[in-house]
Amino acid sequence: MSLIVANSLTKTYRKGSVAVDAVKDATFIIERASFVTFVGPSGSGKSTLLNLIGALDHPTSGSLLVAGTDIGTLDRRAAAVFRGRTIGFIFQEFNLIPVLTAYENVEYPLLLVQHAAAAERRQRALALLDAVGIGDQRDRYPDELSGGQKQRIAVARALVTSPQLVLADEPTANLDHANAALVMRTMRQMRDTLGTTFVFSTHDPRVVAEAEVVFRLEDGRLVDRQTSGAAA
Amino acid sequence: MTKLIKIAVRNLARYRRRTLLTASLIAIGVIAVVVFGAAAGAFKGLMVGQITDSMLGHLQIHQRGYVASIDNLPLTRTLLPSEVAAIEQDLRGDPDVEAYSRRLKFGGMFSNYIETTAIRLNGVYPDEEFRTVPLLASRIGAGGGSLERGQIVVPDLLANGMKVTVGDTVVVIATNRDGSVNAAQLVVSGIVEGVTGPGGRDGYVHIEDALSLLRMDTVEISEIAIRLRSVDRLHTATNRIRTGLEEAQAAGNIASFEVHTWEGLSPFYNVVVLMDVLVISATAGLVAIVLISVMNVMLMSVYERVKEIGTIAAMGTMPRTILSMFVIEGAALGALGILIGNLVAIGAILVIDAIGPTFSFGRQTGLVLSPDIDAGRMLVVSAIVAVVAILGTVQPAFKASRMDPVEALRHA
Repeated sequence: MSLIVANSLTKTYRKGSVAVDAVKDATFIIERASFVTFVGPSGSGKSTLLNLIGALDHPTSGSLLVAGTDIGTLDRRAAAVFRGRTIGFIFQEFNLIPVLTAYENVEYPLLLVQHAAAAERRQRALALLDAVGIGDQRDRYPDELSGGQKQRIAVARALVTSPQLVLADEPTANLDHANAALVMRTMRQMRDTLGTTFVFSTHDPRVVAEAEVVFRLEDGRLVDRQTSGAAA
Repeated sequence: MTKLIKIAVRNLARYRRRTLLTASLIAIGVIAVVVFGAAAGAFKGLMVGQITDSMLGHLQIHQRGYVASIDNLPLTRTLLPSEVAAIEQDLRGDPDVEAYSRRLKFGGMFSNYIETTAIRLNGVYPDEEFRTVPLLASRIGAGGGSLERGQIVVPDLLANGMKVTVGDTVVVIATNRDGSVNAAQLVVSGIVEGVTGPGGRDGYVHIEDALSLLRMDTVEISEIAIRLRSVDRLHTATNRIRTGLEEAQAAGNIASFEVHTWEGLSPFYNVVVLMDVLVISATAGLVAIVLISVMNVMLMSVYERVKEIGTIAAMGTMPRTILSMFVIEGAALGALGILIGNLVAIGAILVIDAIGPTFSFGRQTGLVLSPDIDAGRMLVVSAIVAVVAILGTVQPAFKASRMDPVEALRHA
């Protein structure tokens, strides 16, 4: 069974009397454990699509099933519960909590979202920090770390709850070439090890090159789908 | 919860200067209320003590209508011996009553054989009087305070004016109830210092002399002054005594009576009320300071952390957890202000006690103000600040918890 099934998915925003279709009539399927990216110019609807898949926003019409859940039916509370159980997020600007150490940032979703026991939290957070190669930095605060280190912590935080899906919005946009490559390699390793599905939005050709499936968006419409090899 | 507190404390530390400024503002409010409340309480206690222990007693019993005409010291509104006996029986059985003093108050003329002037006198049983108003003995500066039959304690202003000293023989002339005049020769046994308030400038004679002077065959009493074991029990004890006397009246043992607390007898009570109002006003000011400062800081905190809120909301943090985060942060800010405020307030009270500032009250000088560290007051003030700090946080915290994650994540 596919992890994400979108059928005629549309998201329309109203700006005064003007209706703008950020995503229009998008139909696609994303399989489990795949490494997928949405590409397209600014304003093409990539972030809106990721917000819809991440249950942060509601579709205006069409249907969107993520891990068997119809996103359109979720209220605010149910959407929060769904996200906490099913989805990990990685952001362009890392979005680590500045008052928490690297370890505490990774531990956060287990503690305040999933309310896991202390021993389990510790074991999983440390394992993930080691897995992304940043275990020795666990007591450092975000402002003491480089961009690449921060993003690897963000990857660990996204994966610590063992989500079925990780959504990454422009994950390499604020990284130099070496760190971008390292972060992408880390995510790919995680996918290979844990079987987690990764979905990105990006402009970055390095991310596109790593992707197994590339969806191209233009003006909110899904205009192309390419698989590994052809994608680059 | 521990983690939420930890996050709250770290966020407060993150904006250290702002946190310290706000906590200082709260602390200043706490200090003002605690220190002013303690000083006002000490002043009030001292004044109330001076008034009740020097002359008035904590409460008084009279025949109905006596207090309304007290300026005339009427001899027609006395309690008869049988009524006094009924009242005494009631007072002796009351656990709150420490002592009582029967007084026969009257006006007369005072002569040193050269000059004559008006005088107000209390005929008292000395033992009862000294036990009921224990500061009376200390007011009698010259003469040591003995009051045997044939003696008189003269108010100091009158003694100075008439150039009378201890050991002098004087004459007191009084008109009795029937209008006939009588005189008695008495020896001055003491000079009593005047105090502010009703009866504060009266002289004293033994009650047997007063009865003789007024040609009364039986012991009639103008007022019974009562001292309680604790002034805190004033209203409870007064109500119980009043109820007991009503029952005695219903049984026909007392014709009429009235019971007044010192609050109803002394104009200083208005000052006490004013001081209480000032303390309440200071507390209201504190509430406003805390509410505005905490709400302001927390609103700023929410606006500065919109993206952070969006991030944790996106991760699946429930709105109530986000709400708790900010409420705990506001409460922690209030707690910091409370801690600093109470510590400084304790220090300030100790300093005031060490300095021992003195002041005058009426003709009394050298009264030392020594405020107490009142744990109860500090707890109440702390509780008010804590509650108001949390209230001040609710609106910003609610705003944070209801934030749309998409909008919040888009925030620059």
